[in-house]
Amino acid sequence: MPVDAGVPSLGKDLIGLETLSAAQIQFILDTAEPFKEVSERAIKKVPALRGKTIVNLFFEASTRTRISFEFAEKRLSADTVNVATQGSSVSKGETLVDTARNLEAMRIDMVVIRHGASGAAQFLGDRIESNVINAGDGKHEHPTQALLDMLTLRDKFGRIAGLKVAVCGDILHSRVARSNIWGLIKLGAEVGVCGPPSLLPRGIEELGVTVLPRIEDAIAWADALNVLRLQLERMQAGFIPSLREYNRVFGVTRDRLSRAPKDLVILHPGPMNRGVEIDSDVADGEHSVILPQVTNGVAVRMAVLYLLAGGTGAAAAAARGEAA
Amino acid sequence: MTHILIRGGRVIDPSRGTDGVADVLLGDGRILAVGRGVAAPEGALVIEAAGKVVAPGLIDLHVHLREPGQEDLETVASGAMAAAAGGFSAVCAMPNTDPVTDNQAAVGFIVSQAQRAGKARVYPIGAVTLGQRGEQLAEFGELVGAGAVAVSDDGKPVGSSHMMRTALEYARTFGIPVANHCEEMSLALGGAMHEGLISTRLGLKGIPAAAEEIMVARDIILAELTGGHVHLCHMSTRGSVELIRRGKERGIRVTAEATPHHFSLTHDRCAGYDTNAKMNPPLRESKDVDAIRQGLKDGTIDVIASDHAPHHYDAKEREFDLAPNGIIGLETALGVAIRDLVEPGILTLPELIDRMSTRAARIFNLPGGTLAVGAPADVLVLDPTERWVVRPETFRSKSRNTPYGGAELVGRAHQTVVRGRIAFDISAP
Repeated sequence: MPVDAGVPSLGKDLIGLETLSAAQIQFILDTAEPFKEVSERAIKKVPALRGKTIVNLFFEASTRTRISFEFAEKRLSADTVNVATQGSSVSKGETLVDTARNLEAMRIDMVVIRHGASGAAQFLGDRIESNVINAGDGKHEHPTQALLDMLTLRDKFGRIAGLKVAVCGDILHSRVARSNIWGLIKLGAEVGVCGPPSLLPRGIEELGVTVLPRIEDAIAWADALNVLRLQLERMQAGFIPSLREYNRVFGVTRDRLSRAPKDLVILHPGPMNRGVEIDSDVADGEHSVILPQVTNGVAVRMAVLYLLAGGTGAAAAAARGEAA
Repeated sequence: MTHILIRGGRVIDPSRGTDGVADVLLGDGRILAVGRGVAAPEGALVIEAAGKVVAPGLIDLHVHLREPGQEDLETVASGAMAAAAGGFSAVCAMPNTDPVTDNQAAVGFIVSQAQRAGKARVYPIGAVTLGQRGEQLAEFGELVGAGAVAVSDDGKPVGSSHMMRTALEYARTFGIPVANHCEEMSLALGGAMHEGLISTRLGLKGIPAAAEEIMVARDIILAELTGGHVHLCHMSTRGSVELIRRGKERGIRVTAEATPHHFSLTHDRCAGYDTNAKMNPPLRESKDVDAIRQGLKDGTIDVIASDHAPHHYDAKEREFDLAPNGIIGLETALGVAIRDLVEPGILTLPELIDRMSTRAARIFNLPGGTLAVGAPADVLVLDPTERWVVRPETFRSKSRNTPYGGAELVGRAHQTVVRGRIAFDISAP
C-alpha cells in the first residue's frame, strides 16, 4: 500500500482500537473531516472506491450500523452486497470459516462483519486476504462506534486530550465501552466508568479507567457522558433487579444533570431505552449530540473504508476536490 | 517369552526410594531383577540405557479416548498408542463416551478394545450417575467387576451435594475414589476462559476461580462427612491448592491432580482467540501456576494428569465461544513437565516420576508405579535432557489440538514397555 512518509497505515483490517496507535486513530478522525462534507451535498458521491466490492456480513440484527456502513460505501461509489444470516447459508449451518472462504472466492475487496461472538472479526481477518472491518464482535470491540463518538466529542470540544468522559451503564457486556476506553485513553482523555458493580468487568481499573460508583459521581466528574443501552436481558439474567430501579439509581435524568457543576455533553450509541438509562428530556435536550453522532458515523466509516482500501489522508481531500 | 534387559541406565524407583545406575531384567511380564551386572539371558533383547533414565511406566489418571462414539477423534487403540509414545504404560479413560460408560457392558467394551490394541493399559472410569445426568447412581459394583478403577461424571460435575455424598459413601464398599470435575455451574455457565483482565479485554465471558473453589470446598467437606475418597480433577487455582492443603492436614481422604497446561500456561495464551488455549478449567494466572507448582512440590497435588481431550480441527477452527474445550496431552506431558518443573528446580526427577507414576498407582490402587522385583514389567526408558520440538503432525493421537505445536520441550520417552513387551520404541517408525 503506498503510504506518504509519516502517514500511519492502518494495516489490512480494522478489528479494534486496542491495537491502534494514537497516531492511527488521529489519522482516521482527520481523514473523516473532509468526508463529512460529502454527505451535505446534493449529489452525495465521490469515486474513491469505484470498482471495489464490499460485503456487509451481519450475523446480528443491526439497523443503524448496517445502514451507516452501507451509506458510507455507496457514497464512496463501492459496489455493496448485504448478507444477513437469515435466509443465507449460515442458517443452514455453514461455519464462519466456510462463509469467509466462499466470499473470498468471489473476489471481494472488503468485508464488514457484525457477529455475536467476540473475536469473530479477527478470526475472519486472519483467514482471508480481503480487508475486514469489525462492525461489532460480541462483547469485544466496536471500533467505528468509538471513532464516531470521538469525532463528535472533538467537534464539540475542539479536542479530546484532557477531556473527562464517563461511560455509563452495562460495561460488562459492552463492546462500545471497550472501544471507547481504548480510543479515548490513547488520545489523552480521562475515562471513567459508572454502573452497578454487577455490570462492571473484572480488572477494568487495570485498563486505566476510573471507576465512578454512582451516577451522581460521574455527573460531577465528567465533561461528557456516553450513556450505554441497558438491555432487558440483563434483568432476566439476574444482573440487576429491574429496569425501574436501574432508572432510579443509575438513570441519566434532567434533575441529576441540573446539579452538575457544568453543562455535560450527552452521547448515546443507540438504540435508546427512553426512561431506563436516559430520560427523554435529556436525550432530546440541548446538550445531546446523539443525532450528530449518527451523522458522523457515516463520515468515520467512509474514512475507514477509504484508508483500508489504500487511500491516504491527502488523497481524501483530493477526492473531495475532484468531485466538487 | 522374550526377556528384555535394560542395561546401564539411571534407575529411579520412587516406590522404593532408589536412584542409581543399574540393570533391569524383564521377563514373563514381570520385573525379574534390578541390580548391577545382571546377565542377559539367552535371546534377550538388550536396551542400552547408559545416559538414560529407567523408571516405572507413567500412569495418567485422566484421559479421554472418545471410543465409543467419536472414533474419528481418537480410539482406544490410537489413544493407547499415543500414551505409549508419551511414556505412559497405563491411562484411565473418562466415561464421557457415547454411549456413556455407565454400565458393565460399556466398561467391558473398553477393556476388550484395550486388550486388542495391546499398547498402554487402559483402565475405564465408570460414570457416577446414569448418563452422567446426575439423577441416579450407576451400579458401581458391576462397573468395578467389569474393570472400572474409579467413578466420575467427568465434565458434568456432580452438582447435587446429596448425590455426591451418596456416591462417596457407596464407593467405600468397593474401595474406589470418586473423581470430580469441580465447577459450580451457576457461576461458570457460558464462560469461555478465566475471568480476569484478559477476559475483560477480549470481551469473553469469564469463569471465576471461585467456581472451582466452591466445589473443591464442598467435596472436601463431603469427603470428611462420609469418609469416602474424593479425587479432584485438574486443579487450576491457588485457592483450590490452599483448600486441599488444609483438607489433607486434617486427614481427610482427598487427592488431587493437575495438568501440564495448568502449570505451564496462563490465560494470556487466549489473546488472539487461540482456541487451542480454550479448556475447562481454563488457563489461569501466573499466581495460580505458581501455586500448582508448589502444590506438586509439597504433595498437596498428588499427581500430574494430562486431561488428554482430542478434538477435530474443524471443531477448534471457529469462534472462541463456540469451540470445544480441551487439548491433547499424552505426547507432550512428560516434556512439558521436565521443562517446566524439573529444569527450573521445582521437582527433582525422582519426584516427577513419583507424581507421574508411583503416586498415581497408589491413589487409584493400580498395578505398576514400581520397579520392585515381581511387579508388572511396565517400564519407561527416557532421555531426560533431550530437547525436541513438538510437531503435531507426527503425533500418534488422531487429533492435533495442542497449544504446544512448535514449542521446544525437554525430555522424551525412548522406550515404553508394557506387560514386558515393547509398546513404543522411538527408533522404530
